[in-house]
Amino acid sequence: MTMRAMYMPEKFTLKTFAPLVALLAVVALLGDMRTARAEITIDITRGNVEPLPIAVTDFVGQSATASRAGQDIAGVIAANLERSGLFKPIDRKAFIQSAGALNALPRFGDWRVINAQALVQGRTEVVSDGRLRVEFRLWDVFSEQQMIGLAYFTVPDNWRRVAHIISDAIYKRITGEDGYFDTRIVYVSEQPKDAKGVGRNKLNPFGKRLAIMDQDGENHRFLTDGTTLVLTPRFSPTLQEITYMSYFRNNPRVYIFNIDTGRQEVLGDFPGMTFAPRFSPDGKKIIMSMAKDGNSEIYVMDLRTRVVRQLTFHSAIDTSPSFAPDANQVVFNSDRGGSQQLYVMDSRGKNVRRISFGNGRYATPVWSPRGDLIAFTKLSGGRFFIGVMKPDGSGERLLAEDFKIEGPTWSPNGRVLIFYRKGRTSKDGSGGASKLWSIDLTGHNEREIPTPMDASDPAWSPLIP
Amino acid sequence: MRFKVIGMVAALALAVTACESTSESGAGASGSGGAGVTPLPAAEPLPLKDQFVVDVGDRVFFSFDRFDVEPDQKKVLDRQAAWLKKFSSVTVTVEGHADERGTREYNLALGERRANAVKEYLIYLGIDAKRLKTVSYGEERPVALGSDEAAWAQNRRAVTIVTGPGS
Repeated sequence: MTMRAMYMPEKFTLKTFAPLVALLAVVALLGDMRTARAEITIDITRGNVEPLPIAVTDFVGQSATASRAGQDIAGVIAANLERSGLFKPIDRKAFIQSAGALNALPRFGDWRVINAQALVQGRTEVVSDGRLRVEFRLWDVFSEQQMIGLAYFTVPDNWRRVAHIISDAIYKRITGEDGYFDTRIVYVSEQPKDAKGVGRNKLNPFGKRLAIMDQDGENHRFLTDGTTLVLTPRFSPTLQEITYMSYFRNNPRVYIFNIDTGRQEVLGDFPGMTFAPRFSPDGKKIIMSMAKDGNSEIYVMDLRTRVVRQLTFHSAIDTSPSFAPDANQVVFNSDRGGSQQLYVMDSRGKNVRRISFGNGRYATPVWSPRGDLIAFTKLSGGRFFIGVMKPDGSGERLLAEDFKIEGPTWSPNGRVLIFYRKGRTSKDGSGGASKLWSIDLTGHNEREIPTPMDASDPAWSPLIP
Repeated sequence: MRFKVIGMVAALALAVTACESTSESGAGASGSGGAGVTPLPAAEPLPLKDQFVVDVGDRVFFSFDRFDVEPDQKKVLDRQAAWLKKFSSVTVTVEGHADERGTREYNLALGERRANAVKEYLIYLGIDAKRLKTVSYGEERPVALGSDEAAWAQNRRAVTIVTGPGS
């Protein structure tokens, strides 16, 4: 099982991502900060928190380029914070002090009057070497303290990433937890049922294609052209690779897609269908299922040595494996007990124990990046649920319910889940739309994530390195 | 008995023409001309792969989350085996499918189980395993549209496709 085959099964145009490293330089802005003791915090572990009123002012730039970038950056930051459900950006029409006048110290009274508890101000400048310099400060309006101040240098085209990085810095300073805005989503795009569009053919009746976008839906692009049915993409820890399943040449197998080169490579030389792949936390292995002679078992492959190890040995369906973040355990679903349930085993396949005991079937377990919870899909009474439980199976909580919802994926900070929701299909083929949704771990703040077409099988990336 | 089979094929033809173009409907050509109830003239014999669909019956159905071939479905496979013995050079692929009432990855495994169950039964009836391939499409290729039990029952299926050297 060490044979390595290369395929370039599909033509596609793909601009590689701008190199992520060395574009950003960060400088701390100390300002006239006294020993700042933050007064405002948000406890994101609580249920339905009252969103924190925050004023995000346009970042001020002198040139037209810098000024436009400053407005765009402020807009993206405000939208990110609003979508988190933890912040309520104040309508800029209510602002009393102008952004331009903020170059001196803020007039905190002007911001208290409009009930802002936090204030974000910034400046943009195109410096002599053509790079864009972006600085921002976050103020606690009541204590009149600067909570954080940072400056970034980047190529002007990269302004959107800077906005996400600043959003993460604000989120972290106020909640105490890492943010999740500088991330991407890979998913399967589908043609609406009534469309006769690109890539729809009898081998791929719903025109499924891999697509990737920023977490807010921007920078959307397709990775495959729809010739071949593709399913269940998942990121490597570095975001440089995606593992997924493809029906290339009608031979369903697990593949790896390299984002930089666009190369698609079939993984290994297995005698049966391989599916349900995920990277190990260090990115050096892939865990997946292989089905042969009516039996699905879980295997792990070392990507460097190509050595394959079989982890489960049971006549039941064993699939949907997911590593714990410490890589010492694996959660998967199996019907070995008579119905589909969640099991945990160690990374060598030993000490298998069932952890789900509620009514119904449990599926698609995914270990939280924090390690404290496992998200799953549950099927009960003809309904689908998204829920979480602790790794020992206790503390089950259901977050969402519908006709068909499936496939949760975690934000890198373990506070938000994205899943997909599919509607009922009518006899005439109408309906049945499938879309991506996010929901907080608290069960609140459920929102649709916009995609150009129908969408399923989302996978949320780690923070971009 | 013969009548009953044709009736079933006719019902399938309606179901197939009403929905997505999939590999089995393409191979079956069972909707051609809408001639579901009128057998085509013997003067123009159908290609082998279409004869198989019309004369034998290409698919069996399964209960929810099950992969055992039920007694009434075995009759279809008995006819398939007899036909495969008659046309001994024909090879087939058994496609396994699931309804939408499961999770995607589990349904891939379930479709593989169903395809394999048909393969095993055909081997039991004396067909050489070398002539039989399987592939699972999970819930990815529904043949009947609609989110109700009638559609789901049509989609929980294993379809035997003549792949070579037929016709």
